[in-house]
Amino acid sequence: MWESDPFRLRDPARAEKLSRALAQLAPKRPVKIVHVCGTHEAAIAESGLRALLPKRVEIYEGPGCPVCVTSTADINLAVKLALEVGVILCTFGDMLRVPGTELTLEEAKAEGADVRVVLSAADAVRTARENPHREVVFFAVGFETTAPGTAAVLLDRPPDNFSVLCSHKLIPPALEALLRENTEVDGFLAPGHVSTVIGADAYQELADKFHVPVVVGGFEPLDILYAIALVLKQLREGRAEVENAYPRAVRPGGNARAKELMDEAFQVMDASWRGIGTIPASGLGIRAELSRFDARKRFAIQAAPGEEEPPGCLCPDVIMAKAVPTDCPLFGTACTPLSPVGPCMVGTEGACSIWYRYGERPRL
Amino acid sequence: MRKPLSEERITGLHGAGGEFMQRLISEVIVPLFALKSAGPLGLEALDDGAVLSPHRGHLVVTTDSHVVKPLEFPGGDIGRLAACGTVNDLAVMGARPVAVTLGLVVEEGFPIRDLERFLTSFASVLSELGVAVVAGDTKVMGKGELDGLILATTGIGVAEEFVPDSGLEPKDVIIVTGTVGDHGMAILAAREGLPVEGEIHSDVAPVWPLVERALSIGGVKAMKDPTRGGLAAALNEMARKSGVGITVREEDIPVRPEVRGLAELLGISPLNLACEGRAVIGVSPDKAEAVLAALREHPSGREARIIGEAIPEHRGKVVLETGVGGRRYLEMPLGDPVPRIC
Amino acid sequence: MEGNEATVDLGGVRSRARLDLLEEEVKPGDYVLVHTGFAIRRLDPRDAQETLKLFDELFSYSEDVGE
Repeated sequence: MWESDPFRLRDPARAEKLSRALAQLAPKRPVKIVHVCGTHEAAIAESGLRALLPKRVEIYEGPGCPVCVTSTADINLAVKLALEVGVILCTFGDMLRVPGTELTLEEAKAEGADVRVVLSAADAVRTARENPHREVVFFAVGFETTAPGTAAVLLDRPPDNFSVLCSHKLIPPALEALLRENTEVDGFLAPGHVSTVIGADAYQELADKFHVPVVVGGFEPLDILYAIALVLKQLREGRAEVENAYPRAVRPGGNARAKELMDEAFQVMDASWRGIGTIPASGLGIRAELSRFDARKRFAIQAAPGEEEPPGCLCPDVIMAKAVPTDCPLFGTACTPLSPVGPCMVGTEGACSIWYRYGERPRL
Repeated sequence: MRKPLSEERITGLHGAGGEFMQRLISEVIVPLFALKSAGPLGLEALDDGAVLSPHRGHLVVTTDSHVVKPLEFPGGDIGRLAACGTVNDLAVMGARPVAVTLGLVVEEGFPIRDLERFLTSFASVLSELGVAVVAGDTKVMGKGELDGLILATTGIGVAEEFVPDSGLEPKDVIIVTGTVGDHGMAILAAREGLPVEGEIHSDVAPVWPLVERALSIGGVKAMKDPTRGGLAAALNEMARKSGVGITVREEDIPVRPEVRGLAELLGISPLNLACEGRAVIGVSPDKAEAVLAALREHPSGREARIIGEAIPEHRGKVVLETGVGGRRYLEMPLGDPVPRIC
Repeated sequence: MEGNEATVDLGGVRSRARLDLLEEEVKPGDYVLVHTGFAIRRLDPRDAQETLKLFDELFSYSEDVGE
């Protein structure tokens, strides 16, 4: 049953043909392609795809790990809610070990805070219903693939003891911020599942404004090689368009229903991205009509502002696609998944964590 | 009339050295073992120690403790695991298993019937191989002080030429004797109660019959059993200790489809999951095909495959050629993804 | 399927997913893309075939222009 899954695009013969196509399409100059999705990076690393790329073509993970770019301030707020206010803090498992200014959520839990891992916003609501006499806060982290789920539960009459600490972020503004700081990016591989929600059209403005090709790619190894090939093809032809290489899951307009729900529940705000700083109109906040479910309003506490990463930590450069994990002096020595220094080594979608676990290198 | 001991539960008295313990040992435990000596004095004497005859060749010794949870799982139980774990450690040193000792630590209240069942599994592996149980010890800990049962063993074997895990040289061929990740996945599925269609069975089995065949062909330079940390850990250790690199091809590594599917779903790699019935064998290139053929003659070696070779580059590392033709390092796993796996 | 939830089979293991975000009807036997407990799209196996056709187009193109 599993082996006959029609969506597994992994056959080695086609991979070889794609690799040859890439070599034929690659320009003579170096090409830097950026993607912004932990799942893409994991797929690239797991299949060792960088070894199949032509020498001049490099692919970097940008801010594609929502856990890695959650601001230290928000983590501190979550820790405070759990430890001082005593709520049941529901969070995705990945967030547990991300360093805050003082404590991680896992450390807070060891000190007696009620921190619980959930797999979805719906689980958090269930926790609230099962614990009617406790305050339950869902730490909502993630991009546009995850935000609609949070919106859906907010709009579905959640119980009074439920609230959301909303830390959702948006991808297109991050791509723009990246392009402003990073002048040598030649093209983007846009994230598959975020694009299922927001639609391929969401990148049109970026392509037009900055004259860069944007190709929406799927997650099978062949999908990724194909998407990269399309970027190279556009560069060769001097085009800068949005192309959808994942039509089986992505439409031009995306998922209208999901977008509607997000619009009803959230408003766009400026947001602080760890390692980057404030990016205008890049985050989601809960609308006034639903403010009674907004943990930031319900609980009158302030969060300590974020701090710089420890000396030597290259996470800001890795997040901005200026460096790869092996460029960092701490990678694999002082910084490992068991003793992480920066956020990129903690989240399963962080570049450093992925490179460490999969033994990924720039070119093997 | 005395109730048969099998219907009772372990109490503190069973570990106290007196009458109760003697009954447990002589009525329940000792009768289970077919072979009880490997020299002038064996288990029946219940003396303070056993005496072994001298053998030609090197004496190889290993020790193991087994704390697997759950105690029973599809494909085996703690008894079978303890027996195989011990004799397999000897086998991958190139040693024919000759004798084992068994230390039991049991929790008060443990049903003696269950103990009997697990020790029967233990005994059956050993009698199949002609290995004697020559000495033992029994201790009881209070209820709640121990999680059920611990089996601690020492294995003794004999090797004319022993085989270290550090003997690889460039060009040596790497063979794995069967599918990988089965035991780890079986334990995980059983422990988490994963709603899987069909069961995933542990591969727990003795590997001496396979190793014996390989040794008879010759050319065996290094061996390891891929237990905790799976194939990835075993290959990395062999590479590091031998001072060579190893390259392996993902599509040649045998993995059962159901293990692959469940592992992918859970976000773990079958290459990091423990095996308890497999050996990784490094063979000189001129003997590789013959060794492979010999392994495949045995029912438990039908899926043996050549998966890669040792190389002079990337010393101490393992390079994985992925299913689509890409390349990355196969890293030493951070830890076994499944605690209390064996 | 019950209300806005469904049981999904993920390669042999069963799990639950919410259907609130889907724009189209799904029926038992359909493939869906699931993220954090929510199904976000129905997938058609025929589209996988379409994708392979796209690859083939690319191969011919690159053979023509390649060095």
